[in-house]
Amino acid sequence: MSRKIVVPGESIVKGENYLPGEGTEKRGEEITALRYGLEEESNGLVKVIPLSGVYSPRRGNVVIGKVEDITFNGWVIDIGTAQRAFLPLTEVPRYVNKDALEEVMEIGDMAVVKIWSINKRGIDLSIKSRGLGKIEEGIIIKVNPNKVPRIIGKEGSMIKIIKEETGCNITVGQNGFIWIRGNKIEEELLAKKAIFFVSEKSFIEGLTDELKKWFEKEK
Amino acid sequence: MAEFKRPDGRKPDEMREIKAKIGIIPNADGSAMFSTGDTIAIAAVYGPKKMHPQHKQNPEKGVLRCTYTMNSFSVTERIRPGPSRRSTEISKIIEWALEPVLMLKKYPGMVIDVYVNIIQADAGTRCAGINAASMALAHAGLPMKNLVSSIAIGKLDKQLVVDVNKAEEDWEEGEGATDIPISMTGDEKITHLQLDGKISKEQLKEVIELARKSCKKIIEIQRKTLKEIEK
Amino acid sequence: MEMETPKITGDRIKEFLREGKRFDGRKLDEFREIIIETGVSKKAEGSARVKIGKTEVIVGVKMDVSEPYPDSPDKGNLMTTAELLPLSSGRIEIGRPGFNSLEIGRVIDRGLRESGFIDFEKLCIKKGEKVWTIFVDIYSINDDGNMLDAAGIGAVVALKNARIPKYDSKEEKVLYGEWTDKKIPLTDHIPISLTIHKIDDNLIIDPTREEEDVSEARMTIGSYEGVISSIQKGESSSLSVDEVNKILDIIEKAQSKVFKKIEKYLK
Repeated sequence: MSRKIVVPGESIVKGENYLPGEGTEKRGEEITALRYGLEEESNGLVKVIPLSGVYSPRRGNVVIGKVEDITFNGWVIDIGTAQRAFLPLTEVPRYVNKDALEEVMEIGDMAVVKIWSINKRGIDLSIKSRGLGKIEEGIIIKVNPNKVPRIIGKEGSMIKIIKEETGCNITVGQNGFIWIRGNKIEEELLAKKAIFFVSEKSFIEGLTDELKKWFEKEK
Repeated sequence: MAEFKRPDGRKPDEMREIKAKIGIIPNADGSAMFSTGDTIAIAAVYGPKKMHPQHKQNPEKGVLRCTYTMNSFSVTERIRPGPSRRSTEISKIIEWALEPVLMLKKYPGMVIDVYVNIIQADAGTRCAGINAASMALAHAGLPMKNLVSSIAIGKLDKQLVVDVNKAEEDWEEGEGATDIPISMTGDEKITHLQLDGKISKEQLKEVIELARKSCKKIIEIQRKTLKEIEK
Repeated sequence: MEMETPKITGDRIKEFLREGKRFDGRKLDEFREIIIETGVSKKAEGSARVKIGKTEVIVGVKMDVSEPYPDSPDKGNLMTTAELLPLSSGRIEIGRPGFNSLEIGRVIDRGLRESGFIDFEKLCIKKGEKVWTIFVDIYSINDDGNMLDAAGIGAVVALKNARIPKYDSKEEKVLYGEWTDKKIPLTDHIPISLTIHKIDDNLIIDPTREEEDVSEARMTIGSYEGVISSIQKGESSSLSVDEVNKILDIIEKAQSKVFKKIEKYLK
C-alpha cells in the first residue's frame, strides 16, 4: 500500500469515523494535514509521517551532541533543541572530581547521551548506560531526524544490514546525528553512503531489498 | 469581461506562466523557487533553531524572521547591495503574510529564519516571494494550518487585471495604475492586503474575488510542486 | 542545526588525506563537476550561475555612466562586490569562519583588474567627463566550499556574455533595459582564480565545506595563460617556501584543466 504525500491544509479523509492523529487536525468532518509528509491511516486513526522538520526531544531518546559549555557541576550539551540540555556530574558512571570535569569531556567534544527527563528548566541527560559517553574517533554525519526510524528499520533490520555489510559500529542518534566507527575509513564512508541512500529513498517499498542490491553493486 | 488589450496580450484574468521547484538550496532546511512570467524569487528557511542573542528570545512562542532582498542585477537600473527602506518594509509584510498559518507556540525560544531573494524582477516580487516562502516552510517540515498564496491584482485606468507585470505597473493612461497585492491561505483567509492607487468599494470587492480565484490556482501549483519528489 | 564539522570527522579527513584520499573519492588536485548557466537575469547586462558540486553562486554585471577618477580620465571603472547571503548557509549569522564578503569581492576584483582582462580605455565615452563603470555583483546561493573560485569563474563568464546598454549621448543618460549589440571590450587575458588549501602537509584544490573547516592556510592565485596577476594568502598558518612552490605547480596544471571545462562559455 503506497502512501500518499500530503501538504499542510490538505484534506486527507472525510468521515465521522476517523480520528485525528499526529500531524493532523479535525475540521468539521474532514481530517486535515498540518505537516508535509506521508499520510497513514490505521483503524480509523489518521496521522502524517513527516518528511522533514526539526527534532522533537523525547524521554529515553539516545542522541548525539556537542559539548558547548562546562559549569561547576556538569556539561551543557547542544543536541539541536532550543531548550538547554545538561549532563550533570551525577549522571556519569564513575566518580568525577569537581575540578576535573574537562578531563572527562572538553568544549567541542561530541558525545552519545540519553535524555532521562524533560521539564520546564530544560533537558536532563545521562551517560550512565552502556554505549553512552564521549566519542573518541570515527566520523559523524547528520541526517534529517525524520528519517531516523527508516534508517534504523523495523526492529533494527535496516541498520543491521549496514553494520554487517561495512563492519562498522554505528550509533544512530534520534536527533539525526549518526556516529560511524570502522576499522578502515573506506568502510566508514561506505556506511555513510548507505545511510544517505536509505534516507533519500526512505519512502519506497521493499527498501531492505533495494539496500542489499545497492551493497552488491557498491562492493 | 470586455476585450481589454494588455501589453503582453494576456486576457484580463490570465496569470503569467508559473514555474515552481522545491529543494533548490541543499544547505537550507527548506527551500523553493517560484516564478511568474519574468519575476523569479527564491526562498530558504532555516529553523526552527535557538534564537541568538538570548534577549531576543520569546519565551511564549517562536519568532518568525523574514528577510527580503533584491539582487543588484534583478532590475534594469542597478540596486546598490544592502538593505533599503523598501526591502525592510516588504520583509515585515512577508512576515505578517505567513505568520497566521504557522503554529509558533510550539517553538518557544526559537527562531525561524525565512530568506526571500529576488533574482529577476518584473513586478509582483513580494507575491512571488511569499509563494516561494510558503512552499519552503512546508518543505522545511514546519507545522502549518495551510499554505499561503499571493497575487498582485491591478487596476489599469478602470480595468481590473490579474498578475500585474512591470509594464502594467507603470500604466499611465486614464486613472493610471492601482496595484493591489493580496495573500490568502488555502482556506481563503486574507493574510496580506495592500493598495497603491485609487479604487471604489465595489471594484475592490471584485478585486478580492479575482484574487480568490487566482490564489486557488496558485495553491494547486504549490501543492503539486511539493508532491513532486523523485520516487 | 548547522554546526562546524566535528573534530573527530576533521581528524578522519586529515587521516584520509595522508593516504592521498578524499571523502568524495577525488584526487587532491581534482575539481568537482562545474556546471555553468548564462542569462540568469534578463535585466542584467550579463549574468552567470556557477555550480561547483553543491556550491552555487550567481554573478551579474551592470553598467552605468559616470565621471572618471581624476587620475585616469580616459579609463572606465570596475567595482566588484560580493554578498554572502544568509540563505546560502546556516552559519552566516554566527559568522562563518574563513572568507567574508569583503575578501571575496576584493580578491575577484584584483584578479579581474590586474590581468588586463577589461580594456578600460575602450570604456571611455568622453575623456575627463564620461566613462562606463562596470559593476560585478556576486551572490552566494549555496555554500559547500570553494565559493571564491566559483565567484571568479562566474565573474569572467558574466563579463564575457555581457552587452553594453544603449546610451543617449545627447541627453547624457543610460537607457536602462535597452541594449546594443556591443559586448564589453575584453582582452584575451582571461583570469582564472584558483585557491589551494593546506591541511597538515597536504595541499588540496576545490575543498568542500567540511574540508575548508579543517584547512589551516590557503592561497588564491589569479592567472591568465601562465602569467600570474594576483595572489592572496589567507588564514593563520604559514606556508613554507617549498609549499608555495608546490602550490604554483598545482595551480598551473589545474588552471588549464579548469579553463578547458569552462571554455565554451568564454566564446
